[in-house]
Amino acid sequence: MPKKKPAKLSGDDIAAPLSAQVGESIDTWWWLSHKGTTISFLCISLFALLIRSAVSMFPYSGAGTPPRFGDFEAQRHWMEITTNLPAIDWYRNGTYNDLTYWGLDYPPLTAYQSYIHGIFLRMFNPESVSLLTSHGHESYLGKLLMRWTVLSSDLLIFFPAALFFVLVYHKNRTGSSKSEVAWHIAMILLNPCLILIDHGHFQYNCISLGLTMGAIAAVLCESEVLICVLFSLALSHKQMSAYFAPAFFSHLLGKCLRRKNPILSVLKLGIAVTVTFVIVWWPYLHSLDDFLMVLSRLAPFERGIYEDYVANFWCTTSILIKWKKLFTTPSLKSISLAATILASLPSMVQQIISPSNEGFLYGLLNSSLAFYLFSFQVHEKSILMPFLSATLLALKIPNHFNHLTYYALFSMFPLLCRDKLLLPYLTLSLLFAFIYHTKQKTKASSSSFTNFPGYVSLLRTHFFISLALHAVYLTIQPPQKYPFIFEALIMILCFSYFILFALYTNYTQWILSSHFRSKDKEKKQI
Amino acid sequence: MELRESSDRRLLLRFFAVATAVKLLLIPSYRSTDFEVHRNWLAITHSLPLSKWYFDETSPWTLDYPPFFAYFERFLSVFARLVDPRIVDLQSGLDYSAESVIYFQRISVIVSDLCLLYGVYRLTRKLEPMKRNLICALVIWSPGLLIVDHIHFQYNGFLLGWLLLSISFLQDGRDLFGGFLFAVLLCFKHLFAVAAPVYFVYLLRHYCWSGLSTGFRRLVTLGTVVVAVFAAAYGPFIYIGQIKQVISRMFPFGRGLCHAYWAPNVWVFYIILDKGLAFLLRKLGFEIQIPSASFTGGLVGDSSPFAVLPQITPLTTFAMVLLAITPCLIKAWKKPQPGHVARWIAYAYTCGFLFGWHVHEKASLHFTIPLAIVAVQSLEDAKHYFLVSIVSCYSLFPLLYEPREYPIKVLLLLLHCMVMWLGFAAQYADEKASKKKEAGELKSKFGIGCLEKSYLMGLVMVEIVSQFLHPFFLGIRRGCLRINAISTKWEPTKVVPQADRVLVRLEELAQTTSGGVLLPKAAVKFERYLTGEVISVGSEVGQQVGPGKKVLFSDVSAYEVDLGTGARHCFCKESDLLALVE
Repeated sequence: MPKKKPAKLSGDDIAAPLSAQVGESIDTWWWLSHKGTTISFLCISLFALLIRSAVSMFPYSGAGTPPRFGDFEAQRHWMEITTNLPAIDWYRNGTYNDLTYWGLDYPPLTAYQSYIHGIFLRMFNPESVSLLTSHGHESYLGKLLMRWTVLSSDLLIFFPAALFFVLVYHKNRTGSSKSEVAWHIAMILLNPCLILIDHGHFQYNCISLGLTMGAIAAVLCESEVLICVLFSLALSHKQMSAYFAPAFFSHLLGKCLRRKNPILSVLKLGIAVTVTFVIVWWPYLHSLDDFLMVLSRLAPFERGIYEDYVANFWCTTSILIKWKKLFTTPSLKSISLAATILASLPSMVQQIISPSNEGFLYGLLNSSLAFYLFSFQVHEKSILMPFLSATLLALKIPNHFNHLTYYALFSMFPLLCRDKLLLPYLTLSLLFAFIYHTKQKTKASSSSFTNFPGYVSLLRTHFFISLALHAVYLTIQPPQKYPFIFEALIMILCFSYFILFALYTNYTQWILSSHFRSKDKEKKQI
Repeated sequence: MELRESSDRRLLLRFFAVATAVKLLLIPSYRSTDFEVHRNWLAITHSLPLSKWYFDETSPWTLDYPPFFAYFERFLSVFARLVDPRIVDLQSGLDYSAESVIYFQRISVIVSDLCLLYGVYRLTRKLEPMKRNLICALVIWSPGLLIVDHIHFQYNGFLLGWLLLSISFLQDGRDLFGGFLFAVLLCFKHLFAVAAPVYFVYLLRHYCWSGLSTGFRRLVTLGTVVVAVFAAAYGPFIYIGQIKQVISRMFPFGRGLCHAYWAPNVWVFYIILDKGLAFLLRKLGFEIQIPSASFTGGLVGDSSPFAVLPQITPLTTFAMVLLAITPCLIKAWKKPQPGHVARWIAYAYTCGFLFGWHVHEKASLHFTIPLAIVAVQSLEDAKHYFLVSIVSCYSLFPLLYEPREYPIKVLLLLLHCMVMWLGFAAQYADEKASKKKEAGELKSKFGIGCLEKSYLMGLVMVEIVSQFLHPFFLGIRRGCLRINAISTKWEPTKVVPQADRVLVRLEELAQTTSGGVLLPKAAVKFERYLTGEVISVGSEVGQQVGPGKKVLFSDVSAYEVDLGTGARHCFCKESDLLALVE
């Protein structure tokens, strides 16, 4: 019994159930939002948990495929390593820790999390984390316990962070009706990409994304020490959280510069960040060697500028320009770094010049997109970062958010097919579509950027080609000469949308700042 | 108006779509033996002629539903064969568990739920939107239906859809058609017959009781319709002279008073009372025989399972059900109002559940679903429905005993409570109070009393104790018992069976599926076929069966013994062995 959407009639909130029996005003969300945000959050999160536990019954990545298995085995292996070896050996090659077999390559907070989960596993199923003998361990109980660790991380970190964000965001935002709030909660909690990757494919993105979302909410309620602590924790859980760093950095810098005593403010933030990092990294700070050893594990540059078929700039253009042949890895490193900084510069500058909450949310989106599109060694799954920030803006740019979801999912389609997650992929996409369309239509977005002639038909063509590609990918064997031709086509299609989307959001962010400046002037005059 | 209609319909479809998404995600979940039962019926109806349907015993899961359901399976089997011919193969399809059969059968249930959707749509199309959506949410998202149909595996959604459809025609005043649909339903699943007295009295009074000539004409029409439906169902079997066999399959009174999983009905108290009295009397010095039969075993035989209290026969339960329904029959006769039909039908099914013979706990769906329609009629009804549906859903929990589905069943129930609470609160909003409080918080008259609250808290306590504390404490004590039992060891080859019995060492059962997932012990226990190697034989056993031979037999006829060694051993009669296997 699903869901939330008990329908109801009445138009916007309160206003009396009886008054609104006119056709158009049926509002699916009224029923569950009439008791307030927290109650509707509770109801939706029950449904979101139900969906997560159902998805977790499907296979995980690399199920039954020795010798390397997949991400599930990697996470299990880390639990095995962390529960059996002292902390200092976690990142060091040794007799018991063969770094070529899924060596730990995330920062220490991931290791601690593996340690805690490993203890939980050891309590109920010791074979699944025994040193060495558990390699490739697969069992009913083992899978179940591992799935439960993700479910509980989601429940303990992502959900509270989402509640925190929703409460703060909608307190600041005037004029969001209760049903809009409920819709927004559903968009955040029923995010199909995150559910499929965490509970299907098997990863713990909910932790770092949850911590980031907590930091974002802290920005909105202006509690700066909390921002620094939460974001530093997110960074220490997954280095990929750095995708958001430019936005946090520029927004906080912009704000500090406006204070009476900018240096002192910056210092305060610096101390908060340093203290958090020192605590988390403590076991590795005793010698420089240890520290560098961990750092080198986090940045696997030897793996090349891209892997597989990821819809970013380097991989897509490599069809025409063979980057890997033209440049050496070190020079590619600097080129991609320069490209990433260049791409995120506009949004950073905007935030330094005129920091605002809304601009900050766009800034997150732009900087994470810049990283996704231009940085070194990007994974398909990294689309989760830009996607999270788009989710937070769902009420602002509903149409674009809808398209982004579709293409973000589509870009992971080959990956999820390999994991045998086709059914949850289709089901969750449809579920998302149903829930998305329960939103009441608002006035068309005022932005002129996407109003250029032919935009809609372009988008439609795009959409139909991608639908056809789904079918083709599933039914037709690729020609032997080009075994990955469909993956490449999917990549091109998604990349072209992502680029368009990135241009649009950058543009919107700059438009914002001119709005704000004019508003500021008005206020001053008053 | 037109606009509202279409937007209402869209909303209903959306409800259904969301429920369908959940159902699709539940496809890989645990399946009970009912899954194999229905697969076997597909095979029987597809590969055998009609005359053998009710005689086939290839699998222990013989066909025991009325003919329309068999026709329905025959219809499905046409598609099943297209999907994968092995599904409908009587022999090689046994215990078939490839993806093809799982997807096919699961999706057939999901598609047949369209019948439920139409039933709800027709039933609620004239109600105001609030009530209508509430009913849809309660029926389409019923946690009981999801648990029984889409996890456990049955076709209740489809059958209850017929029932709702029949009720909707009665409410429209189209009695003849409503009666017709109910007759059809009875030929799908005879357990729905509990409401037949209500239908009979209501139709007689409301449809036929109008003047002598019209009345008589209508009575004849109604009778003809019902006879025609039954003739369509049972006619072929009467024609080939198998009706006795069909009936005996459908009503296996040989099964005990209670089902293997006890349904929470009156007989549970009766049994407890009997045990208590026997215990008390024995303490007081009376000679009380300990009954040889058990309540939960499938076959009871002739001996009374009760030590003190009088034995209960199917006839007793039948009389009690009828007696319990009587008040509502009188009411139906006195004031045959179409608006109350749903209420009476739900009441009849409740009586059947409480007093019936060999009731399944799943039968509680028969009244919780129609009760949803009643629940929107008044505040009082809503309060009762709130409790009843929670308790009936909770009583289904033991069906899903595997840990993997534990979070799912708990979340389904919690979500149901939440939807009911929010929905009823909105439906019974206190308009005056909300006007005073402008904040927008809705004041509602809906709420439950202290007694009900403490009852629900009790349920929560029971769940916590049985799930978490009980295994913890009992685990330790069980460990001790185990050690005692094993302290005596026997050498298996020196154990000589008597008469025509053989001692078999069970083959290691597959601990993992082909996908590498470890099966829990409980799933292995429910495997119906066992194979093993004969260790020693009794003196009366024939030449064919000797030590070293591999045999196939059913767990029903095997008696497992613990000889203290690592392997598992069973005693089995020679005549119960199904086959020698190479």
